[in-house]
Amino acid sequence: MTGFRKVSSTVIVVALAVALLGASSDTARFDELGHHRIICVCGCNQMLLECNHVGCTYSDKMRQELSAAVQNEPNDDAILQSFVREYGTTVLAAPSARGFDRVAWIMPFAVFFAATFGAAIVIRKWKERQPTPATSASSAVFDPYREQARRETEL
Amino acid sequence: MTSGTPLVPTPSMPLFGSFALIFALVLSAYCLFAGMVSLRWQAVGIPSDRLAETARRAGIATWVGVAAAAFALVWAALNNDFSVAYILHHSNRDLPIPYKFAALWSGQEGSLLFWALLLSTYGLVLRLRHKVDVKLTAYASTILAAIQLFFLLLLNFAATPFSLVTAAIPPDGNGLNPLLQYPEMVIHPPMLYLGYVGFSVPFAFALGALIMKYPGEKWIHITRRWTMVTWCFLTCGVFLGAHWAYSVLGWGGYWGWDPVENASIFPWLTGTAFLHSVMMQEKRGMLKTWNVWLIFCTFMLSILGTFLTRSGVVSSVHAFAQSSIGDWFLWFLACIFVVCLFFYIRNRDHLRSEHRLESLLSRESSFLFQNLVLLAACFAVLWGTLFPILSEWIQGRKETVGPPFFNRVNIPIALFLLLLTAVGPLLAWRRTSWASLKRNFTIPLIVALTTAALLVALGVRPWNDIAQLYSLMAISLAALVTATVASEFIRGGRVIARHTGQNLLTSMVTLTRRNTRRYGGYIVHFGVVVIVVGLSGAAFNQQKEQEMGFGDKMQIGPYTLVCDSYTQEDNPNYSIEYAVLNVYKNGKPLFQMFPAKKFFKASQQPDTIVANHSTPKEDLYVIYAGKNFDTDRPIIKAFINPLVMWIWAGVWILIFGTVVAMVPPMTAAAVPQAQRVRPITVPLPPQTEPVEAGD
Repeated sequence: MTGFRKVSSTVIVVALAVALLGASSDTARFDELGHHRIICVCGCNQMLLECNHVGCTYSDKMRQELSAAVQNEPNDDAILQSFVREYGTTVLAAPSARGFDRVAWIMPFAVFFAATFGAAIVIRKWKERQPTPATSASSAVFDPYREQARRETEL
Repeated sequence: MTSGTPLVPTPSMPLFGSFALIFALVLSAYCLFAGMVSLRWQAVGIPSDRLAETARRAGIATWVGVAAAAFALVWAALNNDFSVAYILHHSNRDLPIPYKFAALWSGQEGSLLFWALLLSTYGLVLRLRHKVDVKLTAYASTILAAIQLFFLLLLNFAATPFSLVTAAIPPDGNGLNPLLQYPEMVIHPPMLYLGYVGFSVPFAFALGALIMKYPGEKWIHITRRWTMVTWCFLTCGVFLGAHWAYSVLGWGGYWGWDPVENASIFPWLTGTAFLHSVMMQEKRGMLKTWNVWLIFCTFMLSILGTFLTRSGVVSSVHAFAQSSIGDWFLWFLACIFVVCLFFYIRNRDHLRSEHRLESLLSRESSFLFQNLVLLAACFAVLWGTLFPILSEWIQGRKETVGPPFFNRVNIPIALFLLLLTAVGPLLAWRRTSWASLKRNFTIPLIVALTTAALLVALGVRPWNDIAQLYSLMAISLAALVTATVASEFIRGGRVIARHTGQNLLTSMVTLTRRNTRRYGGYIVHFGVVVIVVGLSGAAFNQQKEQEMGFGDKMQIGPYTLVCDSYTQEDNPNYSIEYAVLNVYKNGKPLFQMFPAKKFFKASQQPDTIVANHSTPKEDLYVIYAGKNFDTDRPIIKAFINPLVMWIWAGVWILIFGTVVAMVPPMTAAAVPQAQRVRPITVPLPPQTEPVEAGD
């Protein structure tokens, strides 16, 4: 078991190291923040680096600010906070993982898991019920069931 | 009629249109109230056939009124009648004729009139085909009349399309929004509206069947094709919108999770769930309450989407300006919910299931889970769309819920759905043994794992980037679904080949023709798989932006773009500036591209014309992004978007599959006249109407 733990820890550390390789370069940070974290506030609802409105009065200025911030500030969260101070919370492309905003992230998965597990429990409960005992009946009585079986097993 | 034709004064046309709308309003009100009275009389045993017939005919005549109003508006657009405020704001003299026609659905009032026209057309078809089931159709017709009445009240009192300009009539109109001046925009909104409005019909039948406690699944048989056609229209509308966004908006993507885009997929997701779960009711008499509420929700979500986009409660670049008609939709939505809930509570005993689920490993369970996943996806999109409003209420500040949220939440749900799509067809009704599952699943699983290994060998690095991980999982699951679909065709084809001596391919065609619904459905699944593969390509997108003067080069992926020249053209509607770019690959000249910037004169607005070279492997997508104000040098943006063509190809497969599923199966269609069984005369109970072949 100890051996297994050692191997799995090593695998996780190596995987994280590989995943984080190069993640700190300025270009990568600029792309990550501009494509995934910050939205253009001109009202187009597009990511900052994807806003293509001709004559947009915000995106050029915001790009320049982001470019400067990436060079001067090593912490991405601090950059995001400076944008929030300047443009308001709507500049962030998605709700944060703090306070009430956390509900935005939790609810869809909570509903998904509750519905899935709820359905699984209901099916199991129904399954556990005893089947009704077989009864003898004339052939005509079974005709609707034969028809049903034909429908359910048709090619 | 050509561009620049002198104004033909048609002052009588707006008057005619307004009168037609009032005429339609009165008729639809009569259809509703006479229909309700006749159904009530029928229930208490008072003869009401003649009154019911007048209600039906009033419903048919409503179409005449609405069609006349729509004709009047189009006429006004074609004749440059700028005395009509709507035409003044959405057209101009030099606008090409197809776009003048499209002005009908380009603004708030016109699109509501178009909605009413489609609804009355669906109602017309339903009322003309009333002999399918006279009583149930009478209920459905009355419910449709209530919906029609709402839209006509809106058109007559809140959003009148024939309002006249009160000041001096300007010599020319403001023109159509440049983004809408694209061929796809002539067909995208009608498709979407056909989808939205179409769900009114299964909704009306479901509610009618619930009110009258209609026995059996007849309402499902009657509405099956309606629902499929509607779903197909909505699918086409959604993807035409995506294609338009990709081709016109010029940001390099096709789906931006804008509230208006989201509104179009609410009913699509629940409608898809409904199309699957009705099979359980037909085959096993189960999920009756579920199905009724699914179609209720689908219709209500169509109305909710309309409310969200027209009320201004959520901000969207597509949304119409904020107006008071949002309140109308909110009240209408509340009324629909109350009516549905009332009749459900009153008649819910009628919806008891005939069977229960017997095993987790069964076709029924897979349908149920698939339904839940679709609803969870719908909830996630709805939640994300509404969260900014909720946040403002609770925290007092607005939040943005943009693409990163929707992608992060919906991709895992979509992957699970894809897994269920693969597993579902391999499960038998009632219960499946593990041994049978293992037997059927081994080869598809091997295919999926081989695909994953192949992708890693080709350079996909799932451990580097979550987008690549999702992409790998999506393509592997797509391979799994393809393998299960193929195994279903091959297994069934082999059985037929053994009995008929046909080759396997012919046998598979015969198999499909014998059970068009099932195998058409599998083709639809395959179409979805192809779309998923196309969407997965987004993980490998590349983009570059550069100022490019004459002779400048830009390197993106394997392509080298060299700026050859810039050129300008001018016509009465717009002026246009092109960049001429020569494209090379490994030093070999390939082709020229012409990204452009248009400037529309009437609206004084610019527009981007994308140059896109599309291949099954990737799109080279280039836009002329304007000029740098400081250097006056043109800016070119280039994207490499892998596998995008697969998305559009998948949509064609999906449409083909839907058409196949709607074709009557061969056994029913190909029986020669001489071999048909003679009808047996059975005494019918009083008030029972003859029934035609259900569609």
